[in-house]
Amino acid sequence: MTYKDILDSLPYSEPFLFVDEILSVSEEAIKGTYTFQPDAFFYRGHFKGNPVTPGVILTECMAQIGLVCFGIYLLREETISKKTTFALSSNEMEFYIPVYPGEKITVVSEKIYFRFQKLKCKVRLMNEKKELIALGTLSGMILNANNLK
Amino acid sequence: MTSEEIYSQLQPIITTYLPEDVSINEINIESDLTRELNINSAHLVDIILDIEDAFNIEFKNDDIEKLRTVNDAVSLIKQKTL
Repeated sequence: MTYKDILDSLPYSEPFLFVDEILSVSEEAIKGTYTFQPDAFFYRGHFKGNPVTPGVILTECMAQIGLVCFGIYLLREETISKKTTFALSSNEMEFYIPVYPGEKITVVSEKIYFRFQKLKCKVRLMNEKKELIALGTLSGMILNANNLK
Repeated sequence: MTSEEIYSQLQPIITTYLPEDVSINEINIESDLTRELNINSAHLVDIILDIEDAFNIEFKNDDIEKLRTVNDAVSLIKQKTL
Protein backbone atom coordinates (compact mmCIF):
# COMPACT_ATOMS: atom_id res chain seq x y z
CA MET A 1 0.00 0.00 0.00
CA THR A 2 1.49 3.35 -1.09
CA TYR A 3 1.11 6.64 0.78
CA LYS A 4 -1.12 7.80 -2.08
CA ASP A 5 -3.38 4.74 -1.61
CA ILE A 6 -3.86 5.75 2.03
CA LEU A 7 -4.73 9.36 1.12
CA ASP A 8 -7.09 8.18 -1.65
CA SER A 9 -8.92 5.95 0.85
CA LEU A 10 -9.66 8.81 3.25
CA PRO A 11 -13.36 9.52 3.73
CA TYR A 12 -12.87 13.32 4.06
CA SER A 13 -12.95 16.26 1.68
CA GLU A 14 -12.60 20.02 1.89
CA PRO A 15 -13.29 21.86 4.16
CA PHE A 16 -12.72 19.00 6.60
CA LEU A 17 -9.65 17.24 5.25
CA PHE A 18 -6.63 17.78 7.51
CA VAL A 19 -3.99 15.55 5.94
CA ASP A 20 -1.51 16.67 3.23
CA GLU A 21 1.20 14.06 3.29
CA ILE A 22 2.24 10.79 4.90
CA LEU A 23 5.98 10.79 5.69
CA SER A 24 6.31 7.27 7.08
CA VAL A 25 4.16 4.39 8.29
CA SER A 26 4.84 0.98 9.84
CA GLU A 27 2.98 -1.56 11.98
CA GLU A 28 3.93 0.52 15.01
CA ALA A 29 3.69 4.19 14.01
CA ILE A 30 2.70 6.78 11.42
CA LYS A 31 3.97 10.29 10.67
CA GLY A 32 2.18 12.85 8.52
CA THR A 33 1.88 16.58 7.91
CA TYR A 34 -0.71 19.26 7.29
CA THR A 35 -0.51 22.98 6.58
CA PHE A 36 -3.37 25.06 7.98
CA GLN A 37 -4.59 27.28 5.16
CA PRO A 38 -4.96 30.93 6.28
CA ASP A 39 -8.41 31.13 4.63
CA ALA A 40 -9.79 28.07 6.49
CA PHE A 41 -13.43 28.55 7.55
CA PHE A 42 -12.85 28.32 11.32
CA TYR A 43 -10.45 31.27 11.45
CA ARG A 44 -13.36 33.60 10.67
CA GLY A 45 -14.85 32.97 14.10
CA HIS A 46 -12.02 31.59 16.24
CA PHE A 47 -11.32 34.16 17.44
CA LYS A 48 -12.92 37.44 16.32
CA GLY A 49 -10.05 39.38 14.73
CA ASN A 50 -7.47 36.99 16.20
CA PRO A 51 -7.25 33.74 14.21
CA VAL A 52 -5.94 30.73 16.18
CA THR A 53 -6.45 27.09 15.20
CA PRO A 54 -9.15 25.59 17.48
CA GLY A 55 -8.11 22.69 19.71
CA VAL A 56 -10.90 20.56 18.28
CA ILE A 57 -9.46 21.06 14.78
CA LEU A 58 -5.97 20.14 16.02
CA THR A 59 -7.48 17.02 17.61
CA GLU A 60 -9.30 16.26 14.35
CA CYS A 61 -6.04 16.61 12.40
CA MET A 62 -4.30 14.28 14.88
CA ALA A 63 -7.15 11.78 14.54
CA GLN A 64 -7.23 11.91 10.72
CA ILE A 65 -3.50 11.16 10.50
CA GLY A 66 -2.98 9.22 13.71
CA LEU A 67 -6.05 6.99 13.68
CA VAL A 68 -7.72 7.02 10.25
CA CYS A 69 -4.67 7.02 7.94
CA PHE A 70 -2.96 4.61 10.36
CA GLY A 71 -6.05 2.38 10.56
CA ILE A 72 -6.34 2.22 6.76
CA TYR A 73 -2.72 1.07 6.63
CA LEU A 74 -3.09 -1.48 9.44
CA LEU A 75 -6.20 -2.95 7.81
CA ARG A 76 -4.68 -3.09 4.36
CA GLU A 77 -4.98 -6.88 4.14
CA GLU A 78 -8.70 -6.56 4.54
CA THR A 79 -10.82 -4.64 2.13
CA ILE A 80 -11.74 -1.14 3.13
CA SER A 81 -15.16 -0.81 1.56
CA LYS A 82 -17.24 2.29 1.00
CA LYS A 83 -19.33 1.08 3.91
CA THR A 84 -16.42 1.28 6.33
CA THR A 85 -16.87 4.06 8.85
CA PHE A 86 -14.45 5.54 11.33
CA ALA A 87 -15.62 6.76 14.71
CA LEU A 88 -13.58 8.61 17.30
CA SER A 89 -14.34 6.90 20.60
CA SER A 90 -12.24 8.83 23.09
CA ASN A 91 -9.62 11.50 23.37
CA GLU A 92 -7.50 12.84 26.17
CA MET A 93 -5.41 15.74 24.97
CA GLU A 94 -3.07 18.33 26.42
CA PHE A 95 -2.27 21.48 24.45
CA TYR A 96 0.93 23.44 25.01
CA ILE A 97 1.30 26.16 22.37
CA PRO A 98 -1.04 27.71 19.77
CA VAL A 99 -1.04 27.06 16.01
CA TYR A 100 -1.55 30.13 13.81
CA PRO A 101 -2.89 30.33 10.23
CA GLY A 102 -0.41 29.05 7.63
CA GLU A 103 1.61 26.87 10.02
CA LYS A 104 2.75 23.43 8.92
CA ILE A 105 2.40 20.76 11.57
CA THR A 106 3.63 17.18 11.91
CA VAL A 107 1.63 14.42 13.61
CA VAL A 108 3.33 11.31 15.01
CA SER A 109 1.09 8.51 16.23
CA GLU A 110 2.35 5.40 18.01
CA LYS A 111 0.14 2.33 18.36
CA ILE A 112 -0.79 1.30 21.89
CA TYR A 113 -3.01 -1.47 20.57
CA PHE A 114 -5.19 -2.39 17.62
CA ARG A 115 -7.59 -5.13 18.59
CA PHE A 116 -11.16 -6.01 17.67
CA GLN A 117 -11.37 -2.99 15.34
CA LYS A 118 -10.35 -0.54 18.06
CA LEU A 119 -7.18 1.46 17.48
CA LYS A 120 -5.68 3.26 20.49
CA CYS A 121 -2.65 5.49 19.97
CA LYS A 122 -0.36 7.95 21.70
CA VAL A 123 -0.35 10.96 19.40
CA ARG A 124 1.83 14.06 19.35
CA LEU A 125 1.62 17.22 17.29
CA MET A 126 4.68 19.34 16.50
CA ASN A 127 5.35 22.59 14.64
CA GLU A 128 8.14 23.31 12.17
CA LYS A 129 10.48 24.26 15.04
CA LYS A 130 9.83 20.72 16.40
CA GLU A 131 8.13 22.23 19.44
CA LEU A 132 5.47 20.05 21.04
CA ILE A 133 2.03 21.57 20.42
CA ALA A 134 -0.21 18.81 21.72
CA LEU A 135 0.14 15.34 23.20
CA GLY A 136 -2.51 12.82 24.08
CA THR A 137 -4.25 9.51 23.62
CA LEU A 138 -6.83 8.92 20.91
CA SER A 139 -9.00 5.88 20.32
CA GLY A 140 -11.24 5.07 17.42
CA MET A 141 -13.35 2.28 16.03
CA ILE A 142 -13.38 1.03 12.48
CA LEU A 143 -16.97 0.02 11.86
CA ASN A 144 -18.95 -1.58 9.12
CA ALA A 145 -22.25 -0.01 8.11
CA ASN A 146 -24.30 -2.83 9.63
CA ASN A 147 -22.68 -2.30 13.02
CA LEU A 148 -22.93 1.43 13.65
CA LYS A 149 -22.71 1.99 17.34
CA MET B 1 -13.89 -21.45 38.57
CA THR B 2 -17.63 -21.53 39.07
CA SER B 3 -19.92 -19.28 37.07
CA GLU B 4 -20.66 -17.36 40.28
CA GLU B 5 -16.97 -16.71 40.91
CA ILE B 6 -16.50 -15.55 37.33
CA TYR B 7 -19.55 -13.30 37.54
CA SER B 8 -18.35 -11.67 40.76
CA GLN B 9 -15.08 -10.69 39.03
CA LEU B 10 -16.78 -9.71 35.79
CA GLN B 11 -19.44 -7.45 37.23
CA PRO B 12 -17.04 -4.70 38.44
CA ILE B 13 -15.29 -4.72 35.04
CA ILE B 14 -18.61 -4.11 33.27
CA THR B 15 -19.59 -1.48 35.84
CA THR B 16 -16.50 0.59 34.92
CA TYR B 17 -17.81 1.06 31.38
CA LEU B 18 -21.52 1.55 32.03
CA PRO B 19 -22.93 4.79 30.62
CA GLU B 20 -23.85 7.33 33.29
CA ASP B 21 -27.58 6.79 32.78
CA VAL B 22 -27.46 3.02 33.29
CA SER B 23 -27.57 1.87 36.90
CA ILE B 24 -25.34 -0.86 38.28
CA ASN B 25 -28.55 -2.61 39.39
CA GLU B 26 -29.46 -3.18 35.75
CA ILE B 27 -26.60 -5.65 35.29
CA ASN B 28 -27.68 -9.25 35.55
CA ILE B 29 -26.58 -12.51 33.97
CA GLU B 30 -29.07 -12.14 31.11
CA SER B 31 -28.21 -8.51 30.22
CA ASP B 32 -27.35 -7.80 26.60
CA LEU B 33 -24.18 -5.69 26.85
CA THR B 34 -24.84 -3.35 23.93
CA ARG B 35 -28.63 -3.40 23.56
CA GLU B 36 -29.66 -3.32 27.22
CA LEU B 37 -26.67 -1.92 29.09
CA ASN B 38 -25.99 0.51 26.22
CA ILE B 39 -22.25 -0.14 26.21
CA ASN B 40 -20.73 1.14 22.95
CA SER B 41 -18.45 -0.92 20.73
CA ALA B 42 -15.28 0.86 21.90
CA HIS B 43 -16.08 0.12 25.55
CA LEU B 44 -16.97 -3.44 24.65
CA VAL B 45 -13.37 -3.80 23.47
CA ASP B 46 -12.18 -2.24 26.76
CA ILE B 47 -14.22 -4.81 28.67
CA ILE B 48 -12.75 -7.65 26.59
CA LEU B 49 -9.18 -6.42 27.18
CA ASP B 50 -9.84 -6.04 30.93
CA ILE B 51 -11.28 -9.58 31.04
CA GLU B 52 -8.14 -10.86 29.31
CA ASP B 53 -5.96 -9.24 31.98
CA ALA B 54 -8.14 -10.25 34.92
CA PHE B 55 -8.48 -13.91 33.91
CA ASN B 56 -5.16 -14.26 32.04
CA ILE B 57 -6.84 -15.48 28.85
CA GLU B 58 -6.87 -14.36 25.22
CA PHE B 59 -9.84 -13.76 22.96
CA LYS B 60 -9.95 -14.20 19.21
CA ASN B 61 -12.19 -12.44 16.70
CA ASP B 62 -14.47 -15.50 16.48
CA ASP B 63 -15.03 -15.44 20.25
CA ILE B 64 -16.18 -11.85 20.14
CA GLU B 65 -18.84 -12.54 17.53
CA LYS B 66 -20.52 -14.85 20.05
CA LEU B 67 -20.39 -12.26 22.81
CA ARG B 68 -23.77 -10.60 23.33
CA THR B 69 -24.82 -11.05 26.96
CA VAL B 70 -23.13 -11.18 30.35
CA ASN B 71 -23.81 -14.91 30.31
CA ASP B 72 -21.97 -15.28 26.97
CA ALA B 73 -18.96 -13.63 28.62
CA VAL B 74 -19.16 -15.95 31.64
CA SER B 75 -19.34 -19.03 29.36
CA LEU B 76 -16.41 -17.83 27.24
CA ILE B 77 -14.30 -17.17 30.34
CA LYS B 78 -15.26 -20.55 31.81
CA GLN B 79 -14.28 -22.30 28.58
CA LYS B 80 -10.94 -20.47 28.38
CA THR B 81 -9.94 -20.92 32.03
CA LEU B 82 -10.57 -24.68 32.04
